[in-house]
Amino acid sequence: MRLDLRTPLGALFGMVGALLAAYGAATLGQPGTAPTGIPIDLVWGLVLLGFGLAMLALARRARRDSAA
Amino acid sequence: MTTLRWIDYAVMLAYFAFVIGIGAALRRYVRTSEDFFLSGRSIPAWVTGLAFISANLGAQEVIGMGASGAKYGIATSHFYWVGAIPAMVFVGLFMMPFYYGSRARSVPEYLKLRFDEKTRGLNAISFATMTVFSSGISLYAMGKLLNLLLGWSFDASILVAAGIVLAYIFLGGLTSAIYNEVLQFFLIVFGFAPLVFLGLRDIGGWAGLTQRLAGVAAVNGYAPGAYTRSWAFMGHASQNPVGVEWFGLVMGLGFVLSFGYWCTDFLVVQRAMAANSMTAARRTPLIAALPKMLFPFLVIIPGMLAMVVTSTSAVRPAIASTHATGPAPGALVAPAAPAAGSDAPAPGAGGGIVPAKLDPRTGGPLRDARGRVVLDYDLATPMMLVHFFPAGLLGLGLTALLASFMSGMAGNVTAFNTVWTYDLYQSYVRPGAPDAHYLAMGRLATVFGVAISVAAAYVAASFNNIMDFLQLVFAFVNAPLFATFALGMFWRRATGHGAFAGLGAGTLAAAAHHGLSLPAGAAVGVKGGYLGVVTTYPSELAQTFWTAILAWVTCFVVTIVVSLATRPRPADELRGLVYGLTPKPEDAARRWYERPAPLAMIVLTLTVLLNLVFF
Repeated sequence: MRLDLRTPLGALFGMVGALLAAYGAATLGQPGTAPTGIPIDLVWGLVLLGFGLAMLALARRARRDSAA
Repeated sequence: MTTLRWIDYAVMLAYFAFVIGIGAALRRYVRTSEDFFLSGRSIPAWVTGLAFISANLGAQEVIGMGASGAKYGIATSHFYWVGAIPAMVFVGLFMMPFYYGSRARSVPEYLKLRFDEKTRGLNAISFATMTVFSSGISLYAMGKLLNLLLGWSFDASILVAAGIVLAYIFLGGLTSAIYNEVLQFFLIVFGFAPLVFLGLRDIGGWAGLTQRLAGVAAVNGYAPGAYTRSWAFMGHASQNPVGVEWFGLVMGLGFVLSFGYWCTDFLVVQRAMAANSMTAARRTPLIAALPKMLFPFLVIIPGMLAMVVTSTSAVRPAIASTHATGPAPGALVAPAAPAAGSDAPAPGAGGGIVPAKLDPRTGGPLRDARGRVVLDYDLATPMMLVHFFPAGLLGLGLTALLASFMSGMAGNVTAFNTVWTYDLYQSYVRPGAPDAHYLAMGRLATVFGVAISVAAAYVAASFNNIMDFLQLVFAFVNAPLFATFALGMFWRRATGHGAFAGLGAGTLAAAAHHGLSLPAGAAVGVKGGYLGVVTTYPSELAQTFWTAILAWVTCFVVTIVVSLATRPRPADELRGLVYGLTPKPEDAARRWYERPAPLAMIVLTLTVLLNLVFF
């Protein structure tokens, strides 16, 4: 494959996840940030970050395997 | 009107930067017209599979399925579990060998190889027209929604979205569109999943949703489970909100409309044709079917929730809107009966958070022919987003919404530029030119495809009924097409004259049936009855399903009759194009679960299970 799609996928979701998690942590406890009692920006930001890093790791492994 | 914060804009800008960046990164790989239009047939199955469903994840899917969820409840899942999934299995197992194996570059080109030039020309012209108008309608819906929700300029919204789609397709062609569709797929999943979680948590899970929708069902004269059980009330059209019985559903939606779309629409088939092998092409719709069968949870449930959510725990308890908030007495759908100890409103206070449509003449709530208030179901999902998502997540949710509009538009534009260049320009305007000429024409077609889409968006904005009208035309053209393909691929005796006559007769039959029928409560006009009202259907969907059935049967019968009266092509000319004259494809996959047949069995088993769980 000419461009491993997992690289931009991982980079975008990693970046957005980190941004969201940082914003969620910075605004923790402020009114209007926790619908139904969950600090959703922080939680979901970490989920996105995890997904992004997993994609980047898979892309890196594929690069290593094809180089070997 | 909702105000966004810097974090919301940051998420959107990151997305815009990545989609254009992907187009720019792929530009250097586009050297030939096949690279531009068919991705050089080099994409792995998991990518084409996700693009296969993402190209269909436009406004109609995300907004439309949420709207149908609010209006019809879980019965909307029939579009997936009876409609899309069986059709995707069929196209993967039985039709893809002909599309991919014939080396046709487009669906109209397959029609030329199998039938004749006039059948290809008819399909190419109708398809190219429909794609740009469909793309324009998507743009219009997006501009209107962003204007309503966020107060953004309609002009700026559609021009920016169209400009971004143009940039990444112009640069990287179909590969860029496909890669971005996968990106958009994940954005839509991650953007909408928390909405379902928060909404369900707010009202006490599925049990809470069932209990509250039982109240809505009671007010509308249905049994308590009519909005939360998909099959139990399909025995008679009057027992369910869809207004259709099981036969009309299975034949109209499950067979004609779904197979007509998923098996013959070049917009989705093009993704599979970009796969790197025959096995990958056949696996493309099967891989797509796995996430597709779970999409009802992502796009339908938010609509159902919007009808009953009233919680003050959401981040924006008061919905600010230019719409009337909630239906007036006598509304089509009244609120749920309040559960004990819940914060649900008293009856008569409103229909969840779905606002009523406004009558442009009076400024008050719009009423149907029976005097009942019409809800603006298209706003069900967007209202859920602004109701539950705080700053940050709202940016992600709105980006997901934008991604859905853009992926739908990109799908249409890439299908348009291919059909225009190969099936119209190369065939009728300038045959025999060097490949570089067609590559340049493909890029030019991308520009004017986007330009026509923008113009179509303004046409849609100028005429109240243009969207209904165009969707009607699409239905007339698409419904009979599956009969043409089914006979063409599986009956060697079918002839070009038969196919052409069948398509014309099927379209005329659809128009005649529509003109002689009317959904209950609708006024004569674009909704039907313009030739005289001979029959009335309980809902628009019921009318659509029966129109499709009639169109399909007419096309099927006329194609057979005319084919039998005309001279067939010799069998030698039909090898690779017709079942029975084509060797069965060999599976290149090594592992059993990568082979199309076992994968299809898994998909069908899971689909049956989902139907049983929500029976």
